[in-house]
Parts: sequence; structure tokens; C-alpha cells
Amino acid sequence: MAILPLRLDRVCYRAGGHDLIADISLDISAGAKTLLLGANGAGKSLLLRLCHGLLGPSSGTVRWRGADADQARRRQTMVFQSPVMLRRSVRANVAYGLKLRGIGRVARAERIDTALSDTGLTALADRPARVLSGGERQRLALARAWALAPEILFLDEPTANLDPGATAAVEAIVEQIHRAGTKIVMATHDLGQARRLADEVLFLDRGRVTERAEAAAFFAGPASDPAAAFLEGRLLW
Amino acid sequence: MADIGTAFGLALKLIVTVEPEFLGIVARSLAISLSAVVIAALIALPLGAVLAVYRFPGRPAAIVLVNALMGLPPVFVGLMVYLMLSRAGPLGFMGMLFTPGAMILAQSVLVAPIVIALAHRILRDLYEEYQEQLCSFGARPADMIWTLLWDGRLSLVTAVMAGFGRASAEVGAVLIVGGNIAHVTRVMTTTIALETSKGNLALALALGIVLVLIAVGVNAGAILLAGLSAPRRK
Repeated sequence: MAILPLRLDRVCYRAGGHDLIADISLDISAGAKTLLLGANGAGKSLLLRLCHGLLGPSSGTVRWRGADADQARRRQTMVFQSPVMLRRSVRANVAYGLKLRGIGRVARAERIDTALSDTGLTALADRPARVLSGGERQRLALARAWALAPEILFLDEPTANLDPGATAAVEAIVEQIHRAGTKIVMATHDLGQARRLADEVLFLDRGRVTERAEAAAFFAGPASDPAAAFLEGRLLW
Repeated sequence: MADIGTAFGLALKLIVTVEPEFLGIVARSLAISLSAVVIAALIALPLGAVLAVYRFPGRPAAIVLVNALMGLPPVFVGLMVYLMLSRAGPLGFMGMLFTPGAMILAQSVLVAPIVIALAHRILRDLYEEYQEQLCSFGARPADMIWTLLWDGRLSLVTAVMAGFGRASAEVGAVLIVGGNIAHVTRVMTTTIALETSKGNLALALALGIVLVLIAVGVNAGAILLAGLSAPRRK
């Protein structure tokens, strides 16, 4: 059963007396790629973690449609800015999440092979994951996530530490995952990347969503001041 | 000086010729200490992981306690195990006093806190690194414990080795609960203590050399493994 749309209702996240996420209400539905755009510290990573359930909101609710917590957890996954490579082979890294979901050995092997070939990692399957380069690591993180066939995939600045070639590879894989039917919600502060990937933009400024718009409309003329300033490269303090 | 020189010569001869009694003592020591370490590790490694993963009331106190117990005096542990196993003690019916089993028990008690405390430190660091990723995969705490134990295996070997170093080097506990009975509970450390007081320096020295070699070997192995487990970068 589908777990989308995801509904956030008046979600706040407070730490150290500050509202790092302030009163965000929004729906995330299947389909178009949603890019979370905003400056460093705007709350992009925090919002993703709240959606993914890694953090609980200080107030407000995060609710998946009709799903209990366990089911919702199994149908979503996340790729981090610096993904943790388990101390095992590339193949075993992909196998890990599948084992946790109780996927049998035969089906597992099949899904691992598909995920590795889709991300161009087949030749590296038996390498220890920890010796991979940054780009390869991020591709492995995508393979691990994709193998789980999630309904929604959160990505937290997956290309922040990568060179242009590795970034292009990651973006191509994200496109493929999207075309295969997984909802993409990705945070970035890279405008070029947002222009290349976004169908829809959620703009965050200081813990608030100041704007949500179709990508074309957003880049043609953002409606909110912080977004306009961000697009022009102006600094707002 | 000449005595020490003669003793050294005799000691080397004992080691080289592999005299049966000497070999028996070394083998018994290793068997007892290794058994104790295996038993302690089976209990202590999961407990270390539990301390690293679960948040429960009293956890900070448990961590302080385990770290404090790393410094347990062997003679005290020997005394407590002796009281437990003596005829009047709660475990007296088992008739274990002055057997290798009693020595294994005493050494396990000595070693377990060391392995728990070191495993906890190692796995806590690993847990901090892994936590978000494993949560994202949907791992439950029980899954996380297995994952941490497996992914931390190389570092954990060093914790177990530290425990083995402690077990093989201590004399107080095994002397009290084992009784230093020839061919039964006489191990390297107790023999060294006994033979030195008897003036039989050659045997004491030979055993001492073997003990040092084992300690050096174990520590060298630990350092090599620590090097292997350090994160490698391209």
C-alpha cells in the first residue's frame, strides 16, 4: 500500500532555544522531483531528517498516508551527504538493507546485481566498500537505496563533496530512479543542479518554507525575497 | 652474577629442549587463560554493544562501574571466587575449588569488565558513525548490535587480546582458587612465584621468558590488527 502523500502539519524543531524548523506544513505527493533549495543552515537537512523519521518534531506531526510506522519505514530510504560505508564488500553493503527487510537469498542476489549494474558498480562488487573513491561511494549509497525499491527517496546534498564528473553520474542515477517510479526529494544548495533536476522547488529560509513553485516558474521569477536574493547570489543576513 | 648467568643458560636449555613438565605448565596456562577469555568475550562483547546502543536508566552508572571494575585486584577476585566455591559457599556443591574450572571462572571475572569497557568504547564510536545510516535502513537496536559487532570485529580483537594479556599475566586469583597443585592447577605465573621462593631460578626464568614472549606476541598482534582496521583511503 502506498505511503504517499506525506503530510507535515505545523512541524517545529527546536534546539538550544532556536526554532531551526518553524511551523512547516506541507504535503509531499508521488510524481515530480522535489528539490529543497536554500542556503547553508536554512534547515534543508533537518527537514529531510524530520520527514524520514530520523528526528522527531518538537511539535506538530509528520504523517504517512494510512501506513503504520513500520510499514512507512520500509518504503522510504535516504542517501546522505557523506554516506557511511559498512566495513564489508560493495555487494554486502547492498545486501544489508535487503536482509533487514527479510528479502530471500535468491531475490536478494537478483536485486543486488541489478542495482550494481544500474549504478556502474558491477566491476567493484567484491571490493571493500571503504576503499572506494568519493564518487563511487555515493553511487554505492544510491545502489543500496535503490535496491530497496523505495516509494520515496530522500537525498541530502549527495553531490556536495564530488567533482563535476561524479556529480553528473549521481544526477543521472537520480533521474533513472525517478523514471523507475520513486518519488525524489533532494536537498541542494547548488543552483545549477537544481535547474538540471528540479520539477518543483521548495525554498527554505531560516527554517521556513518561503516558496513552493514549479521549477520553471521559480527560476523565471521567484516570488519571495529570500529566494530572489539566493538566485542572484546576494547575501541576506 | 654467575648464578643469574647459569640460571639464564639453564632457562634457555629448558625452553629449547621442550622438557615435558615445562611444556605441561605452559600448555595448562594457555588452556586456562584462553578458555577464560573465550567465555568472558562471549558474555562481554554483546554487553559492550548493548551499552553502546541502548539508552536505559542507570546506563551512565553501569559504564562507570564497568570501567572501575577494569582495575579489579586479582587477589580480591580470587578471594571472592574462593568464598563462592568453598564448601560453605553458595556454589560449594559443585566441588570446583582447586580445579582448572575454578581458575577459568576467576579469570573470566577478571577479564569480562576489561572486554566490556573496551568494547563499549570501540562500539560507541562506531555507533555514532553508523546510527543515522542504520536507522535509515530500518535497523532495530538488536540488528544494530550484530552489525556493530561484525563491522567492529577487527578492533574488538584488540579488546579481547587486552583481556588475554590480563588473564595470562595475573597470579593472585589463580593461586587462591587453584591452589598451585602440581600437574593440576600449576600454571606459569604460580610456578614462577613458587620456584623463585624455592630458589629454582632456572625454571622460573624459563617460564618468565615464555610469558614475556606471549605478552609481546599478543600485543604485537593487537597493534598489527589495529593497523589493519584503521580506515584505509585511496
